[in-house]
Amino acid sequence: MKEDLVLPAPREKSAGADGEPLLEVSGLVKHFPVKGGFPIRRTVGAVQAVDGVDITVHAGESFGLVGESGCGKSTTGRLIARLLEPTGGTITYRGQDISHANRKQLAPIRSEIQMIFQDPYSSLNPRQTVGKIISGPMEINGINPEGGREKRVRELLEIVGLNPEHYNRFPHEFSGGQRQRIGVARALALEPKLIVADEPVSALDVSIQAQVVNLLQKVQRELGIAFVFIAHDLAVVRHFSQRVAVMYLGKIIEVGDRESIYTRPRHPYTHALLSAVPEVNLATDDATARERIRLAGDVPSPISPPSGCRFRTRCWKAQDKCATEEPPLVQISGNREGHLTACHFPEEPTTEARDEDIVLDPALAALEEGTPGPEPAQEA
Amino acid sequence: MTTLTKEAGAPNPAGTGPLLSVRDLHVSFKTEDGVVRAVDGLSFDVERGRTLGIVGESGSGKSVTNLTILGLHNPMFTTVEGEILLDGRELTTARESELEKLRGNKVAMIFQDPLTALSPYYTVGRQIAEPYMKHIGASKKEAWARAVEMLGKVGIPNPRERAKEYPHQFSGGMRQRAMIAMALVCDPDLLIADEPTTALDVTVQAQILDLLKDLQQEFGTGIVFITHDLGVIADMADDIMVMYAGGAVERGTTDEVLRAPRHPYTWGLLNSMPRLDSDLAAQLSPIPGSPPSLLTPPSGCRFHPRCTFQERVEGTGRCVRERPLLAPDRASACHLTEEQKRTIFIEEIKPRLG
Repeated sequence: MKEDLVLPAPREKSAGADGEPLLEVSGLVKHFPVKGGFPIRRTVGAVQAVDGVDITVHAGESFGLVGESGCGKSTTGRLIARLLEPTGGTITYRGQDISHANRKQLAPIRSEIQMIFQDPYSSLNPRQTVGKIISGPMEINGINPEGGREKRVRELLEIVGLNPEHYNRFPHEFSGGQRQRIGVARALALEPKLIVADEPVSALDVSIQAQVVNLLQKVQRELGIAFVFIAHDLAVVRHFSQRVAVMYLGKIIEVGDRESIYTRPRHPYTHALLSAVPEVNLATDDATARERIRLAGDVPSPISPPSGCRFRTRCWKAQDKCATEEPPLVQISGNREGHLTACHFPEEPTTEARDEDIVLDPALAALEEGTPGPEPAQEA
Repeated sequence: MTTLTKEAGAPNPAGTGPLLSVRDLHVSFKTEDGVVRAVDGLSFDVERGRTLGIVGESGSGKSVTNLTILGLHNPMFTTVEGEILLDGRELTTARESELEKLRGNKVAMIFQDPLTALSPYYTVGRQIAEPYMKHIGASKKEAWARAVEMLGKVGIPNPRERAKEYPHQFSGGMRQRAMIAMALVCDPDLLIADEPTTALDVTVQAQILDLLKDLQQEFGTGIVFITHDLGVIADMADDIMVMYAGGAVERGTTDEVLRAPRHPYTWGLLNSMPRLDSDLAAQLSPIPGSPPSLLTPPSGCRFHPRCTFQERVEGTGRCVRERPLLAPDRASACHLTEEQKRTIFIEEIKPRLG
């Protein structure tokens, strides 16, 4: 039922009044230099953290960015918030190119793009009271809300579900979940249009995670703030984001609406990622078994990424073409509009179990072949 | 449903009892702020060749329990009461020299962060060979060959060369594999895995979990698997124990606990966790509040300040006054009647899980 609603124009629905994209990123590149040599340290290489990323975020939309550690998702987030300067490519915010804007040019935009950080312990200054932390952005930007900053801070504390009386407390007096709420309140202080949330819940306990996810969802819906939601937890991203991009070694390998990515993925890596998520199966029968794909090894180093398709070294479908030719991020026939995949040999659009498991890990394969009879995988 | 692999391991000197048996364990630490009762009256068993999954949030006492089993706590500040029986042998009163013979030999441990658990000063091969020399009495050469064999078994490519490398030359997943090789080198009866995959990426985590399962089949090791991730536990464990604030609140087989949970805390955990197939329109229902401080734990049922079901318990204030006990086998420590637990789960909790 949801499908029909989304199908014709998934973007228009969530677009703001102007209808044009809030944020447009194209060909974004960030290379960090690697220094070495003695006695004169020269640049000997580069960590290609982000290497050609295109993202469009519309007003009021939540855009999810998933991937494993080292895939460049956090760097992308920091580039969008312009905490880092890109090596190449452009970042356009509301029609204005901010990719190399200086401090002065950025000043009015800074208040509109805010960030929520992963670690609620290190992202709050322990020597400042909560009131000072939350009113800090207003002070810097010279904003004097009606009724004074203190009143606004109390309002914000109430929005994020904290007691306004705690205005004068210090961060150490709060628990992890409460601190993350303070971080959210600080991000909301300037009424931003876009919030980059970099793993906002991964440092929290399971029962607390849900509280913060619900809070962010409330903020997003009620205040109409666009989110770039960065996380490695696929289930949380699915819950929070309307559109999702999957990153691997500095590139987006698949992007699309949530339906498409989670139920009709085409890129082998997306398949592998989804099949690797450990899940509690609550159904009493195993009618809808999921596919089982076990990749070999870890993600290659971004200092010298593989040629052509970056996933080819771990891919079971890789052929010669994958090494020589980089697959473009395009809409494969049969996919919905906006669902783009960068693969020469895409997979079938399903996540159901295959006839045969794909086990690339040599140790696993050896152990599983050696033991007589396949192991009756625990059904739970 | 009972023991999976019976032939594994040496005959039990104390008869046919479980491999590990913890009875009424209390662990408390003296700190500047007072006494922290980290574990308070915990009992559980681990059978040979089976996996016991312990789930709980940070501060629920799951790691402390397992450090105590290995005697890795600081005796200066720790009080341990109760019994820990490994193969019928009491460990709480055992001397340090006895424990030393057990560690790495009969009982091994895998830690969460392999980079801090491995020494940066020695080669990976040497670190794996060391316990083999110490416990088995093998020569340097034999032990090195064994280390190379183990590295190959856990899936390190080119083990002969990689054994000569140092931990920093390994990637995160490979370090964890090296840790597993080190833990299994002496063919232990009991393996304690404390959040072994929390620091890893999902695709690597899936490899490591499958590897542990396959190795368990081969070696017949009993595993205590500690995690906060219900998905991981569903994948790994035969039996589950849910811990909250220093005590067990629910216990049963994996199927029982995940498909027909009977404790409000387990319901809360299941409800607060999004899944890949959960209903998108439904909001997550988190557990209100936050875990209690173990310096001043709540009276009665430890979970009562966060529990939304306490009004339904017969006898007002019973949850505040009286601590519910956890019966042996399949049980949950809650004052609700069995009938109530069943109907509440089926009528109110399950529909929300989608």
